[in-house]
Amino acid sequence: MIVNLIDYLRDRLTTVKYCCYGGIAIIVIWSLTVDTSHAHTWAEKMIPGFWSLFGLGSCAVVIMLARVLGKSGIMTREDYYDN
Amino acid sequence: MTTSFFHPALIMIIGALLLPLVRGPFRKPYLFLIPVLTFINVLYLSQHPGTYGVVQFLDWELTFGRIDRLSMIFAFIMALMAIIGTIYSMHVEDEWQHIAAWFYVAGSLGVIYCGDFLVLFLFWEMMAFASTFLIWFKKDPESLAAGYRYILVHTFGGVILLLGFVLRYQATGDLSFIQLNVQSPELYTWLIMIGLMLNAAVPPLHSWLPDAYSKATITGSVFLCAFTTKTAIYTLARSCAGFDVLIVLGVVMAIYGIIYAIMENDVRKLLGWEIVSQVGYMVTGVGIGTALAINGTCAHAFAHILYKSLLFMAAGAVIHATGKSKFTELGGLYKKMPVSLVFLLIGGLSVSAFPLLSGFVSKSMIITASFDAHLLWAGFLLTMVSAGTFLVAGLRLPYLLFFNDNKCSPETWDKAADPSWNMQLAMVIAAFFCLLIGIYLPFLYGMLPNTEVAYQPYSSYHLSETLQILALTALGFFLLRKHIKARESISLDLDWFYRKGGQGFLWTVTNPLQWFDTAFGKAYRVVGLSTLMTTSHFWSWFDWHGIDGVVDGTARCVRAIGGRISLVLQRGQIQQTIFYTVTFAAVILVAYIWL
Repeated sequence: MIVNLIDYLRDRLTTVKYCCYGGIAIIVIWSLTVDTSHAHTWAEKMIPGFWSLFGLGSCAVVIMLARVLGKSGIMTREDYYDN
Repeated sequence: MTTSFFHPALIMIIGALLLPLVRGPFRKPYLFLIPVLTFINVLYLSQHPGTYGVVQFLDWELTFGRIDRLSMIFAFIMALMAIIGTIYSMHVEDEWQHIAAWFYVAGSLGVIYCGDFLVLFLFWEMMAFASTFLIWFKKDPESLAAGYRYILVHTFGGVILLLGFVLRYQATGDLSFIQLNVQSPELYTWLIMIGLMLNAAVPPLHSWLPDAYSKATITGSVFLCAFTTKTAIYTLARSCAGFDVLIVLGVVMAIYGIIYAIMENDVRKLLGWEIVSQVGYMVTGVGIGTALAINGTCAHAFAHILYKSLLFMAAGAVIHATGKSKFTELGGLYKKMPVSLVFLLIGGLSVSAFPLLSGFVSKSMIITASFDAHLLWAGFLLTMVSAGTFLVAGLRLPYLLFFNDNKCSPETWDKAADPSWNMQLAMVIAAFFCLLIGIYLPFLYGMLPNTEVAYQPYSSYHLSETLQILALTALGFFLLRKHIKARESISLDLDWFYRKGGQGFLWTVTNPLQWFDTAFGKAYRVVGLSTLMTTSHFWSWFDWHGIDGVVDGTARCVRAIGGRISLVLQRGQIQQTIFYTVTFAAVILVAYIWL
């Protein structure tokens, strides 16, 4: 059942993709209407969709940080510790 | 009251000792019974807070059973985890693995209920010792080496901890396990904190965790992922709440763990790095030390044990079936293991703080506490890490294991199948609790230690904040997924210093030191040995001619004198002999009286 569902969705990948874009858009638009009086900082009150930007930025920062560190020599061959 | 106290750890220990005697059809019910009895005992004790099991030992008063709200919640989750873990490992025939796991659980419960540092140390070492076997029982050379590294690191931590206890006892005469004075920390405060924080895998003392957990037995790692770090969090919350330095260390830890998790190619190592990251939240919570932060720490530890064990169980199911643990050798498994996929997703979405799942109601408490304490940097960085967590556990992990291009070899693909009933049952229980915590708030919130603070996670603002972060992280993953694909590599970490340091030591010993030893040996043979031979020849000559000559000469002289005397005195006439004897006795008698 689960396999069939996944296969069904995989066969319609483009549609699924656009549905996801739609979902993201709905979340962002809804967030603009939410009461921000309980926000932690002024930035969240002043910048519309603050957490969307923060989420995307965080994701990019974390991925790039890992990539840069990995390339700088942290990632190494698998038999590094073998003698 | 005292009579009604029976230590839950004792049930596990006795259960473990009797386990080899229970065989055949009784084994599986017994494996279920003992953890359930322990759990019931923990529930019973939670109804009767107080101090029990006080024993006088030499000069010290040892406390085995301190039942308060902080120990209750941790004991509850540990006992529950013992049930889940044992069900998951029920198919394992080797009783030694169960015995090691149960002693490990007993150590954890002992630490949680203890009231002084001496008992704490006893159970602390029991945990370290028992858990090492969970790594060794994998029985391959890598696990053997990792187990040795693990036990050495933990022994080091234990020594630091003991040093802290001893110095504190010397300074204050107090052994009780209570909140330390962290406002003006002494040397012993630091030592105790370092000893405890090694078990919580706080950088720079964290490398043992991903190293060991990825090389343990599959069932062993399910136990390992729950007990050591969270017991350490309990001890830190008990003794070091409000220690500022822990805030910084916790945030560093959260970021560090997630960065390494992104680079990782081994399934369980990735999960290990994520433990480091998630425990970072708890360490930060302990460092903040407010009532809400401590509540958040406890709630997150509780939720974390469940979803992390679920992740380890689902990943373990994949490794159990396929025998492979690298992303570069797996992929596309949803067709063969759909049930495992569902459990992995529930675990992954729980850790990602998805609404209606456990992480959502626990993690946000720590973040809110850091904003409330005006630690904006900590709050924002931890939120950033929660985006990274979703990226790793909610997206990267299921994507690489179940959806990405199929990189399985034909044999691996053939072997892949959903696990046996007991493993699935354990995952069902863990998944049920992940959902229960997320949906029915009083279950978890009712157990939190500080009852005076209230927290409501399901506000529309928090929902919108979380959903935005999750949605846009998913978008970021979709756009940047090429950069975090699996690569055949390992990541260097601070364990480099002791792994390469150990090799350096070996090199120093085998090369320069060995050369010196050989050279010294040669020089000794050439110079020392001949000198010694000459000297000993001389002494041998001296002994023969000098000493022996004197001794023999004296002996000959004595023999000659004796012969003469016997010629004069012993002529064989009894009268003369009596005469001489009496005269001699009379002379001695007179001499004795007069002188």
